[in-house]
Amino acid sequence: MCLAIPGKLVSIERESDLLMGKVDFGGTARRVCLEHVPDARPGEYLLVHVGFALSRIDEAEAKRVFEFLEEMDQLGELEAPPS
Amino acid sequence: MKYLDEYRDAAAARRLLAAISRKARRPWVLMEVCGGQTHSIVKYGIDELLPAGIELVHGPGCPVCVTSLEMIDRAHAIAARRDVIFCSFGDMLRVPGSRGDLLALKSQGADVRIVYSPLDAVKLAAGNPKRAVVFFAIGFETTAPANAMAASLAKKRGLPNFSLLVSHVLTPPAITAILQCPGNRVQAFLGPGHVCTVMGTAEYEPIARHYRVPVIISGFEPLDLLDAIFRAVRQLEDGCAEVEIAYARAVRPQGNEASRKLIDEVFEVCDRKWRGVGSIPKSGYKLRWEYRDYDAERRFEVEDIETRESPICISGQVLRGIKKPRDCPAFGKQCTPDTPLGATMVSAEGACAAYYAYGRYLRVRR
Repeated sequence: MCLAIPGKLVSIERESDLLMGKVDFGGTARRVCLEHVPDARPGEYLLVHVGFALSRIDEAEAKRVFEFLEEMDQLGELEAPPS
Repeated sequence: MKYLDEYRDAAAARRLLAAISRKARRPWVLMEVCGGQTHSIVKYGIDELLPAGIELVHGPGCPVCVTSLEMIDRAHAIAARRDVIFCSFGDMLRVPGSRGDLLALKSQGADVRIVYSPLDAVKLAAGNPKRAVVFFAIGFETTAPANAMAASLAKKRGLPNFSLLVSHVLTPPAITAILQCPGNRVQAFLGPGHVCTVMGTAEYEPIARHYRVPVIISGFEPLDLLDAIFRAVRQLEDGCAEVEIAYARAVRPQGNEASRKLIDEVFEVCDRKWRGVGSIPKSGYKLRWEYRDYDAERRFEVEDIETRESPICISGQVLRGIKKPRDCPAFGKQCTPDTPLGATMVSAEGACAAYYAYGRYLRVRR
């Protein structure tokens, strides 16, 4: 139920009193309310829940788990655990 | 899809599992809070890949599951009215109340509609001024901004025919209730990523400190969950009990401030009854007095109905992490997603439904 999906903001449009936008979810476009991510710009990825953008995806933070794995590799931490 | 596929990479998952195996020296019990996390864990078999001794128990974080029977009966009574268009998220329609589910009511001619967003319900109200449009506003904090926006818009646009049947639940009181429960086994939490996207992490700091439990805010994809499990095991092995964000691409410590402000404007905290668990103080949201005209419970007088739960069902213990779905004698037999006996089987995100969906009833203990 708390499912939120990342999608790419395609365009921004005002719908009377509401800041809305078109967001692309891997080929499916949806109209999404942008009121709580007012600084979002087209091309950026947003986290969307029930037609409502909750947050902008932080690109640098998104790489963190992969950087962590790199570090562990360099430290030799990921070899099979001693049995 | 970007930001999903790369977090399902099998090679990276194996490397994280190796890191967890290296770190884990003693047995630990971790609880994932959200139904979405449970679903991912069972779907990808993450719990079965972990080193022996690291146990995952499944939390209460499925709002469809924990919506009280009384509230479902109330929804049923309102939706049955001829003057009403009753709108709900799809997952609520199959949940059986004392008088059947909303889908059956729809098949009998009631105007029950599935909406993708609460804002669609507001649009329906504007387009149908002669009908009363009621939206079943359920959810955790994640859904609160969208539901609050629907109430706020209806008020701003002066839509007298729109109202919300509110049954919102909150995560921190549920976690606290689990920790206070006699027989609690949980030593660390994989915290609710999308709830914290909205609310931030401040509310979890006192819980981590007071109960000495690590709370790792986690995402929902396999790598997110494994990363969070690694961090939880690392904290437990090192004797730490801190709030840590393992889902920083979406979660900021302060949450979404605009969302929090709107929630506070529209909702206030109230006691809430959880299906399978009972009443938890200050564990829900209701509409503020200023929004009373949009409260479906005020608008439609509905008598409380005597409700009865199955005497066999152990969903209350499953929701608190004390038992697993396979510990239940009815699991996969009398109780299936088509004939659910209790909270954890009624929604696809419930622990019992997730176990059933991925074939784990085949190994029911005899």
